Parts: sequence; structure tokens; C-alpha cells
Amino acid sequence: MNLTELFDVIVIGAGPAGLAAGIAAREQGCDRVLIIDRDIEAGGILQQCVHSGFGLETFKEDLPGPSYAQRFIDQAKAAGVNFLLDTMVLNVTRDFQVTVSGARIGLKVLNAKAVVLAMGCRERSRAQIRVPGTRPAGVYTAGTAQRWVNIDGLMPGKRFVILGSGDIGMIMARRLTLEGAEVARVVEIMPYLSGLSRNLVQCLQDYDIPLFLNHTVSRIYGNRRVEAVEVSAVDGQRNPLPGTAERIECDTLLLSVGLIPENELTRKAGVKMDQRIGGPVVDNTYSTSVPGLFVAGNVVHVYDLVDYVSQAGTKAGRSAADFVHGRWLGLQKTIPVQGGAEVRSVVPQLICPESLKTEEIVLQLRVSSPLERSVEIVVQAPDDTIIAKRRLPYARPGEMVSISIPSDAYNLAAKAERLIVSLV
Amino acid sequence: MIEEKKLICVTCPRGCQLTAEVEDGCVLDVSGCSCKRGKTYAEAELTDPRRMIASTVRISGGIHPMLPVTTSAPIPKGLILQLMAVLRTVDLQAPVRMNDVIVSNVLGTGIDVIASADMEKV
Amino acid sequence: MNNFDVIIIGAGVIGSLVARELSRYQISVLLIERNSDVGSGTSAANSALVHAGYDPIPGSLKAELNVRGNRMWDKLAAELDVDFKRCGDYVVSIGAEELPALDILLEQGKRNGVPGLQLISSDEIKRRIPLLNPDASGALFAPSAGVCDTFAVTIAAAENAVENGVKLLLNTAFEGFIIDSGRITGIHTNRGDFHARWVVNATGVYADDVMHQAGVRPEFRIVPRRGEYCILDPDSFKIDTVLFPVPSEKGKGVLIFTTTHGNTVIGPTSEFVADKEDKAITPVGQEYLTANMNKLMPSIDLRWTIATFAGLRASGNAVCKNPMTDYRADFIVEKADEIEGLINCAGIESPGLSASPAIAARVVEILQETGIGLNEKADWNPQRKRRPVPKHMPDADRQRLIERDPRYGRIICRCEEVTEGEIVAEIHAPIPALTYDAIKRRTWTGTGRCQGGFDMTRVVEILARETGLSPMEICKNEPGSAFLSRASKKAEVS
Repeated sequence: MNLTELFDVIVIGAGPAGLAAGIAAREQGCDRVLIIDRDIEAGGILQQCVHSGFGLETFKEDLPGPSYAQRFIDQAKAAGVNFLLDTMVLNVTRDFQVTVSGARIGLKVLNAKAVVLAMGCRERSRAQIRVPGTRPAGVYTAGTAQRWVNIDGLMPGKRFVILGSGDIGMIMARRLTLEGAEVARVVEIMPYLSGLSRNLVQCLQDYDIPLFLNHTVSRIYGNRRVEAVEVSAVDGQRNPLPGTAERIECDTLLLSVGLIPENELTRKAGVKMDQRIGGPVVDNTYSTSVPGLFVAGNVVHVYDLVDYVSQAGTKAGRSAADFVHGRWLGLQKTIPVQGGAEVRSVVPQLICPESLKTEEIVLQLRVSSPLERSVEIVVQAPDDTIIAKRRLPYARPGEMVSISIPSDAYNLAAKAERLIVSLV
Repeated sequence: MIEEKKLICVTCPRGCQLTAEVEDGCVLDVSGCSCKRGKTYAEAELTDPRRMIASTVRISGGIHPMLPVTTSAPIPKGLILQLMAVLRTVDLQAPVRMNDVIVSNVLGTGIDVIASADMEKV
Repeated sequence: MNNFDVIIIGAGVIGSLVARELSRYQISVLLIERNSDVGSGTSAANSALVHAGYDPIPGSLKAELNVRGNRMWDKLAAELDVDFKRCGDYVVSIGAEELPALDILLEQGKRNGVPGLQLISSDEIKRRIPLLNPDASGALFAPSAGVCDTFAVTIAAAENAVENGVKLLLNTAFEGFIIDSGRITGIHTNRGDFHARWVVNATGVYADDVMHQAGVRPEFRIVPRRGEYCILDPDSFKIDTVLFPVPSEKGKGVLIFTTTHGNTVIGPTSEFVADKEDKAITPVGQEYLTANMNKLMPSIDLRWTIATFAGLRASGNAVCKNPMTDYRADFIVEKADEIEGLINCAGIESPGLSASPAIAARVVEILQETGIGLNEKADWNPQRKRRPVPKHMPDADRQRLIERDPRYGRIICRCEEVTEGEIVAEIHAPIPALTYDAIKRRTWTGTGRCQGGFDMTRVVEILARETGLSPMEICKNEPGSAFLSRASKKAEVS
């Protein structure tokens, strides 16, 4: 692989989004496709997600994370995608210069005709939720613990309390229990589960791990290693209720308190951001506000299922290939998509109605609170013209919901100055 | 006497809330499923509950000291801890390919423990 | 071999700078530190400001040493090759009622000998700092104030001292004095006895306890005053100066200030605590910060926080020795009256860091007066060079460095762009960094917005590899703070 020659597409991140983007770009006729990743192997965070539950959409099989990754890695290698691993991307410019640093290749600037950003997301840390108390060893994000246990074979503690009922937290509760540790309880500040309900069954209930909703960790004790945490019930404003504090002895507090799109490079490139989601504003081709700079996966918004991340990667990879071949139509005319009632966020934030001439456009959204009843997703124009609707048995914040705008809605959508998506 | 049992289906991420009518250990009816797998799950869960179990085993000569593994099919819930004990005794050498059988017919279940991914030799 | 001319107890910024100052003379010096690293107490958690000196009461030792210390920082930072930026600071008055306080500070500053103080109009301060509260009525600007890297200065001073012959013992706790015929002749520690002609007490919040063990100034007490801070994400908010509110009886108030590292920090709170180790973050403290910072800048939001920390100031009740000044919380930098052989640096709260070079100089002067005989070494080297930081190097130099040692190409901390090479260099430095926090303080690994999310497992692995220890032995800071408990599967993972 010659690093000095111009690449067609450089993909940043070899997780599920990046792998799918690289494969798609190659399949769409790009000769020189390079995926760069900071880790020593491709696959991204999937490599430490040894549990199954991946691939039901893509492969109609229930695969462990590493197997899901392996299939894409094999496919990418067979397709002739190049990899540059153990290499960190330091900067991406608007004219597709990619500065990298690695032990083997040193500090280099690579050039491409288009770039796909697929850096994934990172975990919220203790400081972001500002848990009071001391700062001893033994307070880790669930993902850090997962890497230690599953990749390095090291146990980060003996007795755990887990704050947050996100999927990684619940999955780690089971994983740690299976490896002989004790999980005293899982504590969730919201009145509902933040991860998938099946993980409540197979990760917590199967192992008699108690879940406390409407509770939080209100204090950490211990100067060197965690000695205990204080768990309190919370009021409607999520503040600890006086008199409810309970001291739980433990040596480790795991945090599974949300994920944030990792967008340092995106911001540095001067891309327009969606402040609410923390990801770039995208259109239905997964283009950012900088033409030729595409994004896919958890950098855009945090997905619940890897299959959808891969789908987004495929789409971004195709768009990048279109851009390279001069086939990308660019943003002819885009209209904004806004979240209405019960909608916390929606992606893409812009759609190009012209795209409807050739394909449907899928909107993905997160609801702001659990709706345990039959609900309807409605896409409307400002004059209340209904563009699309879909009925769901329920909608929960932990699970992404989607609605497609069919091709035959072109005439209605093209007339609207913006679209509003809401749940009724 | 017919009993009603509430279950959450774990077959897929949708997590349907099922209601099963059970009489003398027999599942008479399941409602609340979005697909037919829900009924199968409810029947199995109430008579012979099983789970897919994923874990790791030691490996030397690879890029990491642990290899991810999984059961090839769901195993009876009652055998999970014994399975973990078996996995603690395994020592492998890289290279290993995805789907290589690591432990065959584990605990006489007819189910194998297989590698979840390749582990190249370094 | 356990005999020294001088023993310094405590390797914070004061102890380390005293050690460095003494290392220029032909005497033997032992510096002991009870923790596993230098600079891990008060010196590791403060505002990192070099104050101009208009705040201390005129005539106090604080005022004198602050202004004298401030002038020494350019040379000190240059010699030790540490970051120091004379960015100036502002005291901002809100509303007409606070305006007269600026005149008082100006007058006080002039009496203390602070150079260049200027009163700034409401319009001008709002022009310079656009996000300021629109009710800002004026400001006092002190151009001589600055920000320093408080970790680096302590580490560099200790390192320079060691390179010039000072013996440093970490994990070595003072347990009592050896007293012979009314004179201190040494100390007991958890690692045996050490003898010396003079002992310097630089033990921060414990300085009163150490003094009392020698029967010195039993009326003197230190009650630690806790300060909580929030570090903000530079992508959300950044300023390049230091903003104070008008001071109150509780201290200098909640500041909004930059660091040499480019982050903006909010803090500190000010709360007396009974426990000398109580560095907990509290809900009350966080509320206090929110309420007070918004007075200066209403638009700041603590949800931009990437890290919180708390430090303890060594607040003492020492009466100012100047009969013209009625002040009861002065520094103590003096030879003990009650017993021979002891020099105390006590009650060193703010502006202790600012004054630290002057405090060290004062200790040397006191020793000189005792007739201990301080003759300069011919080969004393005041220079200490920082190790390579690829992030701050021109590309060509960085490329050459990576060619020489490829580990300088591998990024371990994404947010702060710290390489494996830097981490390894600190592990094998003259004062080896053997814990996660030691590496963090030297390289800034893990201080960014992911707070160790990516680097932590990797740093533990590098520490284990480079030291030959098991990963289970790698600690966050002190013994007992190991990150990991065991291998997941029975056999040891190698």
C-alpha cells in the first residue's frame, strides 16, 4: 500500500460503521480505499462486546460482537480495502488531508478525494454526571471494565455497584457475575430502564441482580480504593431525596450513564453540528455541511443496534463513492426535519426531496419519554399535510424508532419548506 | 387451574411483553408477540429455559491473552455456572479461526463452545 | 549514610523548591515524602495561579513573600523548563456597590509593591471580556499575575534537586523527632531514623501537627479549607485570563481562570473541614460554584464540566509578626523559637504557590543565619529540561523523534494527544512516575474530555510492562489504590 498516493476514500474508524463504509466504497468502484483505526485490530468496540445479540437484521443470526466484526473484516479484506491500524488520526481538513500519527508510519499527511468519519462514540464519565464524594481507584466506565475483562482478562474489582441501566452496564453486570464477581445492584436515576428490556431479563433477572429505578449514587466513599457508595432515591427533578440514603459496601462503581458521539475531528473540520445530539448535521446521504465529508454510525447519533450502524456505514460509503465519481448530486435543495411532540432527536436533520425520486428516505428518532401504548409516528408539513405515518405498539427512549418517507410522497415533500416528525 | 405468566421475550432487541397462559406446566396460549419466535420463546422459557452464553478463554501467542467464545446454541440455564467452570480450564494456542470448536459437546449437551473470532498468531 | 545536613519533610512545591535551593550548596540534603509521588497533596489541587500580590494585608508575610515570589517566576520557569504565562488578572466589580472595593485593592496593591496595577472602566472590561455580566462596573487589572503548571513546577524542582545531589525518599512518612539535649537531631520515619543538623517542616496541612511534636507553637492550628473546582471542556468555553470577583471575608471568591493547558477552571469553594484528607466533591460545593460563577459570567454552564477535583488549603491561625498589622492567618516561615534545629513553613495557603520561590529563598536565608555554612557548589546546574512533547513540536522534529523512538508515534491519550513515548520516558525519569496519577500529572494523560476512557487500560498495561510488575500491582496513586483485583480466569494471565 502506497500511502503517498491519493486515496479515493479514507474512512476514519474500523468499527461497524467504518467497515461497512469501506466495503461499500470499494464495491461502488473506488480503487483506493483506506480504513484507519487507532486500535491494533479492526472491529472497533465490537471486539470487546463478546456477548451475542448482534446481526439479527443483517445476517438473520444472533452473533457475538467479535463474530459480527469478523464477518465485515473478512468481507473488507476480500473486497480489497486497505487498513492502517495502530494509527491515530489527528486532523482532517475540508480538502481531505488526513494527518495521522502511528508508531510504524510516524507523522504523515494522507490525501483523499472523500472522507468518511466513523469514530463512534465515547462514554460519559463521572465528571459529566458530577457524582459527589472522593476520587479513589475503582470508579470506571462500563466500557473500560469491559475491555479489561474481555480483552485483557483482568477483573477490575470484587463487588460492584453499577450506575445506569444502559445496555453496556447490564451486560457487564452479567459478565462480571459469570466471572465470579458480585454485583450488588444496578441503579438507574430515571423511572425507566435506559437499555433494552431483554437485557433486564437475561442480564439482571437471570442472576438475581436487583435494579433500583428512580435511584442514584449520591456519594462515593474511600480515599484510595472505593469502599462504598451511597445510594439515594431521587425526586422528580432527579435530585437525591433526603433521608433515603443507603450505604452499599463495594470496591467498584461502574458507570453506564450514556454515550456521546466522538466528534473532535468533525468539529475541527468546521462541520455544522447538532448541539442537542452532539453529532454533525447530516442529510439523507450522510453528508455533512462540508461536501465530500461524510459521516456514519455513532458519530452522528448513538444507535441502539449495530445493524443500523452498518446500514448507515454502507450508505455513507456509497455517497462517498458517488462524490469521488462525480455522481453525488450534492444538496440540490434540502429541507430541515424537526422533532415535534415526544421526539428528542431526529436524524437526518436535512433531507433532499429530490432523493425521493430514486429511493425512500428513512428518519431515525429517539423519543423523549417511554410511551407504553400504541403510538403513531407522523411526518407532517407545516400546514399539517401528512407525508408519512407509522403505527407502533409502544416507543421507549432506549430503543430507536424509524419511519420511512416513501418515494410516492415526493410531490408532498417537495412542496414543504420543512418537515415535522412527532408521536401521537 | 390456568395461570397467567408475564414474560419479556429476549429473542430479539424488540423485547416484546408476552403473556402466557399456563396449566399444569403446559403453555396453552401466548399473546403479545410481534412474531412467531415469541411463542417459541415463551414455551421454552416456561419449560426448559436456555441462554446463549458468551465468554472468553485463555490463549497464548495471539495479539490478546483472551479469545472470545460462545455456545453454538442456547444451553440450559441450570448449566451456566458449570459451563463457566469448564471455560476456566481451557488453554489455547493461536492461531484460531472463527467458529473453530473450542469445547465439543460441552457438559454432554450436544452443544459446542466455538471461537467468536479469528486470533492471528503474532 | 542516614546522616544529613538538612532533612526536608514534605515534597510539595515548598519542600521541593527548598530542596532545589539547598542543592546549590555543599551540604547533604534529604527530602522525604509520605506519598508515592512528589507534589501530590495541596500542590496537586489548587488554582495554579501566580498572584500579583494586591490581595494580602499590607505588612504581612504573605504580602511580602507573594510580591517577592511573583518576581521570581520567570527565571524559575525558564530554568526548570515549565509552563508559566504572565497573562494578568482582573478583579471585576459587579454593580456600583462593589466599585469602591477596587480602590481599596489598588491602594493595598500599591502598598505591597505590586507593579502596573490599573483601574479599568466598565466599558473597557466588557470590551475585553465580552461574556462578562453586563452589570460589571469596573475592574482592577494586575499585569504581573500569571498561571503556572503546578504539577510540573513541583516535579521539575524535585527532579532538579535530585540531579544536583539531593536524596529523595518517597513513601516515607515522618513519625516523630529525635531530640537530644534540647535540639532536634533527626527524625523517625516508617523507614527508619534519619539524622540531620536541621529539619525543614514543609508538610502542608500537617505542618501544625509536626510542629506540635517538637513542642513548638501549640496555639497554632491548621484547619484545612477545602476548595472544589470544575474544569470545563475547552470546546464549550475558553478564556485566556483570570477573573476574580471582589473578595469577601471567605477569601478570594470563585474565580474563572485559564490554565497553562488552555482549559478554563471554575473554583474554588471555601469550606473548613475537620479531616485532613477530605478531598470529596460535595453537592453543596457544586451549587456554590454555580451560584457564584454566574455572578461574573451568567452564561457559563457547569454541564460543560469534564472533571471535578478538590484540594485542601493549609489555612492556619498564625498572627502576623508585624506589630503594625492586625492579621491572624499569616504564613509561618521561621526558625522555631522553642527548640533548635527546626525551620517551619506552615499555614501556606494562598498565595503559597505564588510565594513558593520566595519561601524557599527565605528558608535558605534563615539557614544561612544559623551559621550552618552554605558554600556554593562549582557544578550546580540550575537547568532542568522537559522531556519531548510531540504535540508541541514542529512536524519535522516530531517525525525525527518518532523515527528515533517509534513509541512517540503511538497516541495513548486521544484527547490530550499524549504518546506512549512520553509515558515511557516518565516511567524511567530521574523521579520515576510509577502510578497512573503520577503519569497523569506529568503528561496530562487522561485529563481531557473522555477522562481516561480510552487511555486508562493502556496506561496500566504500559506501567506493568515497563516496571515488570503485574497489572494487579499498578495503582492509581497510593498503595491500596490498585485498579485491578485478579485475572479473570484462574491461571495468571501473562
